[in-house]
Amino acid sequence: MIEYRQISKTFDDGTQAVREFDLTIPSRTTTVFVGSSGCGKTTLLRMVNRMVDPSVGQVLIDDEDVATRNKVELRRSIGYVMQHAGLLPHRTVVDNVATVLRLNGVGKTQAHERALEVLTTVGLEESHARRYPSQLSGGQQQRVGVARGLAADPNILLMDEPFGAVDPIVREELQGELQRLQRELDKTIVFVTHDIDEAFALGDQIVILKKGGEIAQVGAPADILAAPADDFVRSFVGLDKATRTLRVEERDGRSLVVDGNGRATGVLA
Amino acid sequence: MSVLSETIDWFSRSSTWSGNDGIPHRLVEHLGYTALTVGIAAVVAVPLGLYIGHTGRLRGLAVAFTGAVRALPTLGLLTWFALLVGLGLTAPITALVLLAVPPLLAGVYSGVESVDQRTVDAARAQGMTEIQILTRVEVPLGLSIILGGLRSATLQVVATATVGAFIGLGGLGRYIIDGQRSSDYPQMLGGSLVVVVLALLLDGAWAIAQSLTSGRHTRVLV
Repeated sequence: MIEYRQISKTFDDGTQAVREFDLTIPSRTTTVFVGSSGCGKTTLLRMVNRMVDPSVGQVLIDDEDVATRNKVELRRSIGYVMQHAGLLPHRTVVDNVATVLRLNGVGKTQAHERALEVLTTVGLEESHARRYPSQLSGGQQQRVGVARGLAADPNILLMDEPFGAVDPIVREELQGELQRLQRELDKTIVFVTHDIDEAFALGDQIVILKKGGEIAQVGAPADILAAPADDFVRSFVGLDKATRTLRVEERDGRSLVVDGNGRATGVLA
Repeated sequence: MSVLSETIDWFSRSSTWSGNDGIPHRLVEHLGYTALTVGIAAVVAVPLGLYIGHTGRLRGLAVAFTGAVRALPTLGLLTWFALLVGLGLTAPITALVLLAVPPLLAGVYSGVESVDQRTVDAARAQGMTEIQILTRVEVPLGLSIILGGLRSATLQVVATATVGAFIGLGGLGRYIIDGQRSSDYPQMLGGSLVVVVLALLLDGAWAIAQSLTSGRHTRVLV
């Protein structure tokens, strides 16, 4: 369980990124922070592994204040996946994935074995392992990034817009993979995105943020769609858009789902 | 005879190639001064450059310092140091070290700074300590530029180390100073040519080292 208690963050240049933020993230679920740029979502994410320290307040992991933990050890115990993968360009894929294991003192052979295992888990083949990141496609690099985050088998996985830089088709594929992984691995995932569809696709709990880390609404995707807290949420999740306002039409004995523009988008099963 | 043919004549003399005043001995002396100078400069500039590049602190100071030091005339410095500490190795080596530090320092901090901040951020987020980030990420990735700093420092020192002869030391500068004193222009020209060739060879060696380190990770190994 991750808890934010009365968190505020003011950066050195005077920008207030977050003000009096409170939230509980249950274990073994996926929580998605979603909001436009400048809403403080990345700042909040990075407080979990102390890449950012709050100016005021506490972040607790299983009732322990992270401020009391050694930064380096804390980070090694938490998976971190970022946009553009952030792989080390001078190391091979397998070495990149083994990074945290090696930092934790695992022997080279053992670390490589485990790295290859995780690469398979994220859908890469062994032939990719000896290559350098620049020799892989954007989507493959992102998979390597996920494998690196999972290699040391952390309880918590932090994901900062991990699929933001890949094309829509690959993004959807990676989202599907992540859903599958989460069913298998049961991690506590904290995910940051500006894409509400991605948030709905992945999140058990969605946290919609306004500027300054102000929470507009927290809840399951269904709860948010059923009862948006205010006009901001309604507009943010697209309830005023034709693509989200669906109705059923009977045609040749089948129930068609039709959007606000009258375009058929599917059938009722 | 023209100076050129006399110079060829000077090169073909056996006395030019043997003894304490022969090219091999002078060359070794010259390389010794160069190595000593670059070595001392590296001890000063490399740790400082790594610190500046990694933390971004003292950067303004370093830029101002290297700019100012670059403007100092080496021969003037040498004369001043010789007056302060007397003849011997200290004065010329100090003057040459001051010449070598700015390019070396700039090369090291630029090399470290050149590394993509997102890569550094990712390394930190994986749990690397600051020292590990420096030694395993920033130095390997910035190595080509760091070597560029060493290359330009070496080149400047090897070309300028001739000034040692001005206050009675050895090295290839002897041919230039001695030749001038005795109006032996072929010897002056010959000595200069050896310095030029040496500088080109060293520069070439560094260029090869640099090209070996850059693009290492982009080479296809499949």
